[in-house]
Amino acid sequence: MTKSNSVVIIGGGHNGLICASYLAKAGHSVEVLEARDTVGGGASTAAFAEGYRTSGLAHVLYGLNAKVCKDLKLNIVNPSFTQPVDTISLQRDGDHLTLGRDEVSANSLSVKDLEAYRRFKKEFRGYAKALQPLMMNTPPRLKDMDKKDKLTLAKLGWSLRFGLGTNSMREFLRVGGINIYDVLNEVFDSPALKGAISVDAVLGQHMGPRTPNTVLTYLQRLWGETQTVQSIPIGGMGKVSAMLETTAVEAGVTIRIGAKVAKILVENGRTQGVLLQSGERVDADIVVSNADAKTTFIDLVGAPQLDAMFCHRVNSVRQNGDVAKLHFALNELPAFNGLPTQQLAQRLIIAPDMRYVEHAFNHSKYGEFSENPVLEMTIPSVSDSSLAPAGHHVMSVSATFAPYHLKEDWQQDSRDAFVQRVTETIEQYAPGFSASLVAFQLLTPVDIEDQYNITGGHWHHGELSIDQSFMMRPVHGAAQYQTPIDGLYLCGAAAHPGGGITGVPGHNAAQRILAMGDM
Amino acid sequence: MPTQTDSHPATDFREVLQPSPFQTRIDEQCLVQEWMSWNGYKTARVFDTLASEYFAVRSTCSVMDLTPMEKYRITGPDAMAFLNRLVTRDISALKPRRVTYVIWCNDEGKVLDDGTIFHLSEGDYRLCSQHHQLDWLLLSSLGFDVNIEQETHNIAALAVQGPTSCSVLTAAGVTGVERLKPFDIGYSTLNGIDVMVSRTGFTGDLGYEVWADPTKALAVWDAIFAVKEQGLFDIRPIGLGALDMVRIEAGFIMPGDDFNTAETAVRADRDRSPFELGLAWLVSFKKPYFTGKKALLAESKMLTGRRLVRLSVEGNKTPTDAFLYDSKGGSRIGTIKSCVWSPILKMNVSLADVEFVKGKPPENIWAEIYYQKELEWRATWAKCTMSTKPFWSHPRSSITPPNKF
Repeated sequence: MTKSNSVVIIGGGHNGLICASYLAKAGHSVEVLEARDTVGGGASTAAFAEGYRTSGLAHVLYGLNAKVCKDLKLNIVNPSFTQPVDTISLQRDGDHLTLGRDEVSANSLSVKDLEAYRRFKKEFRGYAKALQPLMMNTPPRLKDMDKKDKLTLAKLGWSLRFGLGTNSMREFLRVGGINIYDVLNEVFDSPALKGAISVDAVLGQHMGPRTPNTVLTYLQRLWGETQTVQSIPIGGMGKVSAMLETTAVEAGVTIRIGAKVAKILVENGRTQGVLLQSGERVDADIVVSNADAKTTFIDLVGAPQLDAMFCHRVNSVRQNGDVAKLHFALNELPAFNGLPTQQLAQRLIIAPDMRYVEHAFNHSKYGEFSENPVLEMTIPSVSDSSLAPAGHHVMSVSATFAPYHLKEDWQQDSRDAFVQRVTETIEQYAPGFSASLVAFQLLTPVDIEDQYNITGGHWHHGELSIDQSFMMRPVHGAAQYQTPIDGLYLCGAAAHPGGGITGVPGHNAAQRILAMGDM
Repeated sequence: MPTQTDSHPATDFREVLQPSPFQTRIDEQCLVQEWMSWNGYKTARVFDTLASEYFAVRSTCSVMDLTPMEKYRITGPDAMAFLNRLVTRDISALKPRRVTYVIWCNDEGKVLDDGTIFHLSEGDYRLCSQHHQLDWLLLSSLGFDVNIEQETHNIAALAVQGPTSCSVLTAAGVTGVERLKPFDIGYSTLNGIDVMVSRTGFTGDLGYEVWADPTKALAVWDAIFAVKEQGLFDIRPIGLGALDMVRIEAGFIMPGDDFNTAETAVRADRDRSPFELGLAWLVSFKKPYFTGKKALLAESKMLTGRRLVRLSVEGNKTPTDAFLYDSKGGSRIGTIKSCVWSPILKMNVSLADVEFVKGKPPENIWAEIYYQKELEWRATWAKCTMSTKPFWSHPRSSITPPNKF
């Protein structure tokens, strides 16, 4: 440790904590400023009714990066810490589909579909793996490339061409830009199976299965599978953040909660630190923002400090959320038709077929919430009874589509109506569910924006679409974790490769900052 | 078949030029019917002869319709801050009733357009530009509490330029003209009509611009030309042809003619920075951030690769679109962008895009000029000389009060 420059990280979400840990380990003095009263951001465990706690936003862990876990010695694959889960796609007739990493099972599925699933997952995981050199590196610039940019592009090219081989690369090029609807129709017969897989391509996005680009979003999700098993943290997602917090503190990071940043201070094109809402000024050589692009540039830096077209690009980022989060307090476990109780710890989804998912999406295109929403449910109290009073349970639901801009606004009537749509949907699969409700909480994208300081309330701080990915994420001009302001960096989901509890943006940003020799 | 009875056949399939509020008078006086489009307006290139219009600017008094010039009204609490972030020059010290010449750039520090900012009254600005800029202005307004309104069609304007212009306006009844210093704004009446008069222009000569409500346009025109009826002064309407001659003499650049504006440039090296246009004096790095500052700061640390320069060209052959070489038959180093045979200077003057060598202008510049003699093309070489000053300037353009005639 020969040098120690001061770094301020805005936002103690998981990427902020991971970036902080790397920088602190490299010998820098790092302070994380978190606006909320706990770290973790979207990865938290919070009370939503007296005696009931559950994961705040993210509730399924599917892609925490293997290298990050290794580097920071995060022992998450551990039966006392996480419970590996399969995905169960609920069917009204009780013949539920269980989708594992390589196998799918259900009475109704043909031998052809069972075999197709194996081949499909292997093939597509191969594509996802081929993107690895791009995912774990700073996206290469297209102009004024340095050696590293060229190396990243060369590695990516090599990995796509020789890692995949001729036939797979050709197929990858064919499907890479199209939609999951067409691809799944080519591969599978079972509408239920196709519906279930399509959820992983659209959940968190303003996209339906027929939207071009949904193969790419599916690959991003699958990339997580190449890193770690899908699991639910015992005790909620806050456990993961608590572990990251401990790691960061042990690395020497200072963490301040309740410290909301009001302004990023800039002088002569270089950041000087931040100004807190309390009026306190925190000087720093380097400021790293874990916030989304609009919050970082338009709100905190301010358009007058930046070029006009750059601001326009930032302002045009599509980052309006389309997923609502619901938390239900239940006085008994829900009884899903034909689902054994021991399966309630799995990740449960309601998406009976792709048309159902597409129709659900249609509503959001016109500023309405889905009449028949797509649901992803977990019941974390099954594996950790401390989350609810004795005998009671909590259910955590991601419900899509619920657009940020609702035609009628998210006023009380709309909120009640949406909650009713969700409970009625669950009721169809688990009769008696509504009667077991003790309390609930609804977080619309607008609530998520307010409570989690994410403009638009988008899971990924911006759609994971091709035009907002790689060297264009969040926008051209800020896609290498650097920004137009010297000394200001991005480390969150707004940056490449995007959202999800992966830790990759935090990792990549730290590597970039250390490589810049800026400090 | 639809019949042509509608006097405003704007929905016709033909391209229709918009009439100016002065159109009735312009149509009456435009003897040669030589029309062109200026921002969609029907504008005269020549009224009678180019020579008489040119000498009206340099020897007597010329009147030109300025209405088609793009005009934007900028108001609101952040009007000044917005404009200062837009343009490269520091306009924070621009006082009310003053005008300044500005350019503005895109993020890459390449010039989008030039124009003038009129500080009409405290916090109330008018931006005039060569090309349409509303979309860029709106796009640039993110983060500013500012109101932007296009008022091109809401203001009628006449440029009254030439050595006798002050005397003409005074004779027409405008008061206080003689007190206006260059780039000053005054308010007065003309024939009972409220007018704004600014001592601004694009001729390099003594001159004023008169701004009024379009419904009063004809009365303003008539009041000025009534002075001619008194027999004291010659006053001539001029077209864009004569204007182009005098602006080249004065060394004023025309975006779109002398360089590709950044918005229209397709090829990577076809746009130009202020430094490449010889407009470094318009760039202030001391003021708060403005669009393009980062790029321009980086460019300012590098050697100049090329520059738009003023070139006088020997001989009497006009070097229209001529290529420039470092010696007779040598390597190509540039192109003439605008040129004119200057009747008053008796020489060819031009604006030319020239490649620099290691940050310095080339020592020798030769133009290869193609010209016709009785429908036969010939080529000749002419030596060119760079000029750091405008070819034409005269003390009368800046002294206050101007000389009386």
